[in-house]
Amino acid sequence: MLVDTAKPHFHKGGRFEKFHPAFDALETFLFVPGHTTHNGVHIRDAMDLKRAMFTVIVALTPTLFFGMWNVGYQHYQAYGMQVSFVDNFLFGAQRVLPIVIVSYAVGLGVEFIFAILRGHQVSEGYLVTGMLIPLILPVTIPLWMVGLAAIFCTVLGKEIFGGTGMNFMNPALLARAFLFFAFPSYMTGDVWVDLTPEPGHTLVDAYSGATSLVAFDTNWEAMPSAWRQFWGFEAGSIGETSTFACLLGALLLIGTGVGSWKIIVACCLGALGMGLLMNGLAPADVTTHAMHTPAYYHLLMGGFAFGAVYMATDPVSAAQTERGKWIYGILIGVFTVVLRVFNPAYPEGVMLAILLMNVFAPLIDHVVVEQHIKNRAKRA
Amino acid sequence: MNEEEQLMSEEEQLTTVREEATTVTPSVVPVKKREALFSKKNVQTLRDPLDDSNPVTVQVLGICSALAVTVQMKPALIMALGVTFVVAFSNLIVSMLRRTIPTRIRIIVQLIIVAMLVTIVDQLLKAYMFDISKKLSVFVGLIITNCIVMGRLEAFALAQRPWPAFLDGIGNGLGYGLILLVVAFFRELFGAGTLFGFKVVPQWAYDMGYVNNGLMVLPPAALFVIGIYIWWQRSRNRKLINAS
Repeated sequence: MLVDTAKPHFHKGGRFEKFHPAFDALETFLFVPGHTTHNGVHIRDAMDLKRAMFTVIVALTPTLFFGMWNVGYQHYQAYGMQVSFVDNFLFGAQRVLPIVIVSYAVGLGVEFIFAILRGHQVSEGYLVTGMLIPLILPVTIPLWMVGLAAIFCTVLGKEIFGGTGMNFMNPALLARAFLFFAFPSYMTGDVWVDLTPEPGHTLVDAYSGATSLVAFDTNWEAMPSAWRQFWGFEAGSIGETSTFACLLGALLLIGTGVGSWKIIVACCLGALGMGLLMNGLAPADVTTHAMHTPAYYHLLMGGFAFGAVYMATDPVSAAQTERGKWIYGILIGVFTVVLRVFNPAYPEGVMLAILLMNVFAPLIDHVVVEQHIKNRAKRA
Repeated sequence: MNEEEQLMSEEEQLTTVREEATTVTPSVVPVKKREALFSKKNVQTLRDPLDDSNPVTVQVLGICSALAVTVQMKPALIMALGVTFVVAFSNLIVSMLRRTIPTRIRIIVQLIIVAMLVTIVDQLLKAYMFDISKKLSVFVGLIITNCIVMGRLEAFALAQRPWPAFLDGIGNGLGYGLILLVVAFFRELFGAGTLFGFKVVPQWAYDMGYVNNGLMVLPPAALFVIGIYIWWQRSRNRKLINAS
């Protein structure tokens, strides 16, 4: 075995002792760790961090594959071409895979450097982040920006606070927020569809290139139909268009217990409730006003489903207490709708809503715990 | 501030003046020999604020203006010089008056001195550097409320002889200016591709797809840079880690 023959060099006293963390990461990635506990009764569950992270990756595959197909579909649609399913998918894969590779290569590179500098093991935290980053970016994003965002989110989102498990914000969302504010012209406007010229074809007249959220702010009735948005045949960030694909992922996350169903349900309830409230308060004379949007549209539009399923449930940055999870989720839903409706400058309210609640999650937990203690004291 | 308390405890032996301002008795004069202008202690007073007790990164004062005036190097430099001037001379003046200022109204007296110096800076900028003055806008006037100025007056100048107080002012001004310039360097370089207004990022980089980073122009970028600076400073200077 190549790994086993190389092993002694990385142990104490070996030639590459310094690189032990990197070696260890690679080894445990390939094989189940062979060590057992020595004293006392411990049960080592197979569900370790690596397995949990891998479950999320598996849960992300529906959105990834749908995203690849949709990138191709949107591209050929814009040129009015009818091509086969496989062609759509291949075109999308060609565009998406480089982004995924850059995201992983740069992010893991940073993690390895820090692991070696600090002499700890490379943690698995980046496996999910590295997949999330490409899925929430527009397909036309230049690759160096993806790399820069990956560096930013690993260094300033995680390593500066002590690495995986210490971050108080979702790193992938931080990467997106960074790009959103740093390079606004590459993150908003006409960037959602890959418009590489097709010889012999010109853009069709009906092509608009805007996400449903842009139509939403001016005239919600011009948005794609709810059904289309549910399946995800619309322009948007690579992985977030299809609510259906997100639901598949949600099933897996909830089934395996990796993601909290409470947070997901609470997000939906918050958005629905706020959507209904908006409907009630909407100006009656302007029927195209965003406040008139049916409440359930908010669950299908933009990245809400993706954010609620994969980002809000991040166990590190979400609220930890059970009641706190409800509050946390509902507030994410509420803020998402508020931001979408009242602030056209930030079309994607989910990103900012989740980041905001990430910051508040410890406070929510604190209040919940204090309240619980008070209640217990009253009963005693 | 822990730092200042540490500083004070060193000074207490010398001056027996307590840090609590209400009990300041400026009339107590230390009995000691004349010391050289640049004795070890004076040099320490001058050098400490650059690193060990930096007003921005260790005492976390003056953050507001550090966010506001650091979009470009030039205004940052002028601002740093202005603050250095104000801190140094207000320290000097207050230190000279320290035995005559009644304790109960000392804040207002200090304010008047600071306000006078700030007005001088403001008028000079308006007269000779109108562009910069417009860029710095209200932040020159706001030097009055810069915590570094009042902090040094209260914590140092009221209890020290004029010369160390002056050095302390220079040191703190420079410590503040150092951070301002570091922050402005990164913000101007990545935000506009220039330094002091000169193009640094070559045209071919833009042709190849490089884009100026819009985040660096926004105030949060200054917080990021200061945060990274603090991170770097503490990993190098271990004794700061539990200092504040």
